[in-house]
Amino acid sequence: MTLLSVLGVLSSAIFSGTSLLYTTLGEIIDQRSGIVNLGLEGVMLVSASSGFAVTAITDNPYLGVLVSILAGALMNMILGFLVISRRANQLASGLALMFFGFGLSAWIGRSYVGAKINGLPRISLPGLSNLPVLYSSLFNFDLLIYLVIPAAILVWWLLFHTRWGLGLRAVGENADTAYASGRNPLRIRYQALFVGGLLVGLGAAHLSIAYTMNWTEYMTAGRGFIAVALVIFSKWNPLRAIVGALLFSGAVAFQLLLQSSGIQISPFLLDTIPYILTILVLIAWGGTPKHSAPASLGRVYQGTE
Amino acid sequence: MHFLVRYGLMIVIAFLFFGLILLISGEDPIQSYRDIFTSTLGSSYGFSEVVVAMSPMLLTALAVALPSRLGLINVGVEGQLYMGACFSTWGALAFSNSPSWILLPLMIVLGMIGGALWAFIPGYLRALGLVNETITTLLLNSVAPMIVSFFVFGFWHSPMDTNKTPNFSPSARLPKFFDTRIDLSLVIGLALLVLFWFLMRYTRWGLEMRAIGGNPLAARRNGIPVKTYLIAVMCIGGAIAGLAGMTQVSGYYGVLLVNFSRGIGYMGFLISWLAGGSPLGILLTSFVISIIFSGGNLLQLTRDLPYAVINVLLAFTLFVVLARPSFLINRKEA
Repeated sequence: MTLLSVLGVLSSAIFSGTSLLYTTLGEIIDQRSGIVNLGLEGVMLVSASSGFAVTAITDNPYLGVLVSILAGALMNMILGFLVISRRANQLASGLALMFFGFGLSAWIGRSYVGAKINGLPRISLPGLSNLPVLYSSLFNFDLLIYLVIPAAILVWWLLFHTRWGLGLRAVGENADTAYASGRNPLRIRYQALFVGGLLVGLGAAHLSIAYTMNWTEYMTAGRGFIAVALVIFSKWNPLRAIVGALLFSGAVAFQLLLQSSGIQISPFLLDTIPYILTILVLIAWGGTPKHSAPASLGRVYQGTE
Repeated sequence: MHFLVRYGLMIVIAFLFFGLILLISGEDPIQSYRDIFTSTLGSSYGFSEVVVAMSPMLLTALAVALPSRLGLINVGVEGQLYMGACFSTWGALAFSNSPSWILLPLMIVLGMIGGALWAFIPGYLRALGLVNETITTLLLNSVAPMIVSFFVFGFWHSPMDTNKTPNFSPSARLPKFFDTRIDLSLVIGLALLVLFWFLMRYTRWGLEMRAIGGNPLAARRNGIPVKTYLIAVMCIGGAIAGLAGMTQVSGYYGVLLVNFSRGIGYMGFLISWLAGGSPLGILLTSFVISIIFSGGNLLQLTRDLPYAVINVLLAFTLFVVLARPSFLINRKEA
């Protein structure tokens, strides 16, 4: 095994971890306001396919990213209408949203299967340009990768150091109390879903426009569900989510390394490692007494009329 | 009766939405809908295909409805279904020379064990209070298809295709009825629904389960073994899901295909939830959803739309039912 293959694996882990982290950040905002979004898979698919389609038509990846983001927010608004305005069950609404995303994305993407696009341009780090091309090309990342850690810090700051974040968390803990203290739980939850949708859209955009640079039906392959798990893993804290995403993509990298080193283990079994690792970590943390889940997560706010 | 009218109207609204989308993408909605209905309810063959699509959904919905009586949220039917299919396929391939009266019961038992084992993990972790079952079942859903792929690609694949096993021997196939594709799984599903209704209504188990679902703490103070119930019922739910997987490979497909499910496990959750966990509701809801599913099959062939598009119509129906439009609801109920 050469240094080059190790670096290659690291580089691909960073690529696959980025979309996961954006998506997890989006779900953290949703859940902090008290809403479980199980439809992430569908939201991501619609974002990824519409962003890809726009990139293919206009040949402008940034426009594609923008459309992805907006598509994510719009998809979350559907969920918002069901669970906030119509007070529907959150899990069932989320799964319905997932099926909607399966269908709609297949529809949007049907003419673009196998299409070629110019993905998000890679920007090389100044210090790395003296390295041999073989190495430096591995660490030419796109803008979204550079922005993902700052985004996590921004979300953390928004949630824990602004009035908006305070109100959002208050609604997630107890909507009635938040209402009594003069906040509007319905509006705050819509805002949370909107912002969360923007971030999920960003994650999906990175997946289809920067990482894989193609569109296939069901290309997210369970990432939405992994993000839901990572939210719990990170105890609803955006900074811990960085660690969670790193750990998860590290497990993916480890699995790729094992494969490239020629150890004879079925790739399908190796694929299960990240999921099993997540469950084990959840078990380890489940033993700790302090629970940090928003207290009214998943409950319907009945309003005051 | 009022109930039926209301749900009928909701479905009409959903079809209007979907028609709009069909129109936008250049299809003729009226012709498409005519296709859907003539292909499903318009002929005895079409009707039989609806029943074929419905059979596994009865089981996957029941696999959610039973644990939900305890307040358990089993979103893991998809994974349990795959494990059931995997275990029973092992039986079918290892004992393919056995006569059907030995092989089929063996496959059924193996399928139920596979699903139950997969549900035991979240059930046990929940009973110990370590991890919420919603999240573990979701994670295990992603793992199960990989295990199926491991066995199929690695050991079981047929000489021709790498992504599926050889066709099962005739003795490993569930018997079919009336020259259609309807197989024994329909009878199993209906019988289990009746059994579920009877158990919940007339037995001590049903009473104790409702007690736990209502107030777990009070139930424990009254001497009901809550932990045992949580684990056992979760496993039984998983066993039913595994049975659904077994009927899919043994009845519907006759081979084990990688990624065969197309979301019928998740569909089971939605059906159970829409039906409020009631056996009759599960039957009716599964029937309506199967009409959409098998109609969509035809839409794909005649209208050149991707198969997944039928999920949009399905989702519209679900959205409308979830949103309960206010003009369709009695003021008293709301």
